Amino acid sequence: MQAKVGGHKSVARGLAATGPYLLLLPSALFLLVFFAWPMIQALLVAFQTKEGQFTLEYFRRMTGDLAFRDAVRNTLLLLVAIVPVQIVLALIMALLTLARLRGSTLFLYVWAIPLGISDLAAGIVWLAIFTERGYLNSWLSGLGFLAEPFSFLSYENPLSLFLAVVVAEVWRATAIVMVILVAGLQMIPRDYLEAAEVFGASLWQRVRHVILPLLRPSLQVALILRTIFAFQVFAVIVALAGKTMPVLAGEAYFWYGAYQNTNVAAAYALLILILSILNVILYLRVVRVQQEEVTL
Amino acid sequence: MMFHVPRFNPARVHLALQRGLTYGLALLLSIWVLLPIVVIAVAGLSTRQAIYAWPKALSPETFSLETLTFFLNAHGVLSATWNSIAVALLTLVLSLVIGAPAGYALARFIFPGRDAFKVLILTTRAFPVVILSIPLAVTFIQWGLYDTLFAVALVHTALALPFTILITSSIFVAVPRDLEEAAQTLGCDRLQAFVRVVLPIALPGLAAAAIFTFVISWNEVFAATILTLRQRTLPAHVLTVLNESPLPFRFAGGLFMIMPALVFIFFIRRYLFNLWGITTK
Repeated sequence: MQAKVGGHKSVARGLAATGPYLLLLPSALFLLVFFAWPMIQALLVAFQTKEGQFTLEYFRRMTGDLAFRDAVRNTLLLLVAIVPVQIVLALIMALLTLARLRGSTLFLYVWAIPLGISDLAAGIVWLAIFTERGYLNSWLSGLGFLAEPFSFLSYENPLSLFLAVVVAEVWRATAIVMVILVAGLQMIPRDYLEAAEVFGASLWQRVRHVILPLLRPSLQVALILRTIFAFQVFAVIVALAGKTMPVLAGEAYFWYGAYQNTNVAAAYALLILILSILNVILYLRVVRVQQEEVTL
Repeated sequence: MMFHVPRFNPARVHLALQRGLTYGLALLLSIWVLLPIVVIAVAGLSTRQAIYAWPKALSPETFSLETLTFFLNAHGVLSATWNSIAVALLTLVLSLVIGAPAGYALARFIFPGRDAFKVLILTTRAFPVVILSIPLAVTFIQWGLYDTLFAVALVHTALALPFTILITSSIFVAVPRDLEEAAQTLGCDRLQAFVRVVLPIALPGLAAAAIFTFVISWNEVFAATILTLRQRTLPAHVLTVLNESPLPFRFAGGLFMIMPALVFIFFIRRYLFNLWGITTK
């Protein structure tokens, strides 16, 4: 019936039906090959002996390793220490953009700079500050607080080493959270804020009762993305602590490279995957919540 | 001429105070971001002697390229830099060629499975590169791709692709549909309308997306280290020799890796918030 309408239109309609799928096909295939296949491969490598039999040997070696418990503990402690600070800092930055300061675009650009800085480079930057003859010790001694340099990064001072990693990670990765929150803030209609102001709501009341509830979807996205990235924390720690502070991703790297055991490395990768999947489930639920909110 | 004498006004004082505090906070946060960059710049641009000095001068006294040239002349650095550039360019081309059509489809068509595809993209963003690299190393050995720049670029493309799709989609959404339809009414077919009308308007945005992809690849260290032995990219090379290297090498390396990223971020600053805004939609 439609075919009678005429060649040109039916071609257009045919294109409209298949066009988007043709355009999506390359990226869908690419993502499937480079995300689905490594998952399967990881299972094969982590659970299979050389003879092709199922084994839990590699997982036992992973959990039995001396560094394993420290790696799990450090990764989770870093997560708990870093993410809340980032959310608060990023929220302050986002709220400051509402104050319509002169030069606020410049401030935003400056705060976004760490987006372009890799974890390795960030680790080195903070190494220059925290190292024994580094700048922090020089400042402290210049101000008369210290006579001798303090070894912030020594394994003998686990607390200062831990805090140094926290500071470096907060410095590097707050920008992502900030950008997500600023983008979320821009989607809140100005009228709401102005209405609240007209009715005499204080700044704190506006933040508490208008901005935070409306920003909740963005906050959740930022929170979950940051949590997933926290499982990958690695190069910052190699730069600041070397091997003295084990974390999950670092152990995967050392087992693959230094210890030449791909199977145990894959076991670590799977452990990180499981932790991340728990987050993905959370993430997808957030997406669903948002869609419901949109349709309401 | 009218002469206005300011009277003491508590409300106005309060407002001024609030404004001052807001500025102070914004400045403080800017210093927090910038100071470490200044520190690494000072460290990377001083003499080796100054780097080992104790205590260091509070303000930089010497400016020297000694440390930076020492880094650049160190074994393997220059070739690793070229490798990094090659991988980043390859990643950029691959992800734009593969990703931009998908971005266009998401921007222009409503079709069954559109949401499923979006969920696929969001899901892939949640998978750490650690999980991809180690099993892929095994696969690449089987395929004979291990220790090649192409293999690294493939993994970097997988990392960058979700961003590329979302970014290009937001860029194409911003191109008015009317213009494209007008071109089609005036006798262009869909492809011509795209090339002659949509592409020129979308070009600055696409360039920003390309730069963003370049930075993702330039900065990536884990996959690059796992997937190479001799064909190291710059971050992979610096990481593997880091803990055996003297401080001047590390500081200069840090500065050298940061510099291009700073320039690139400056060029795409207008797009930064659009790039990420779409992710929360």
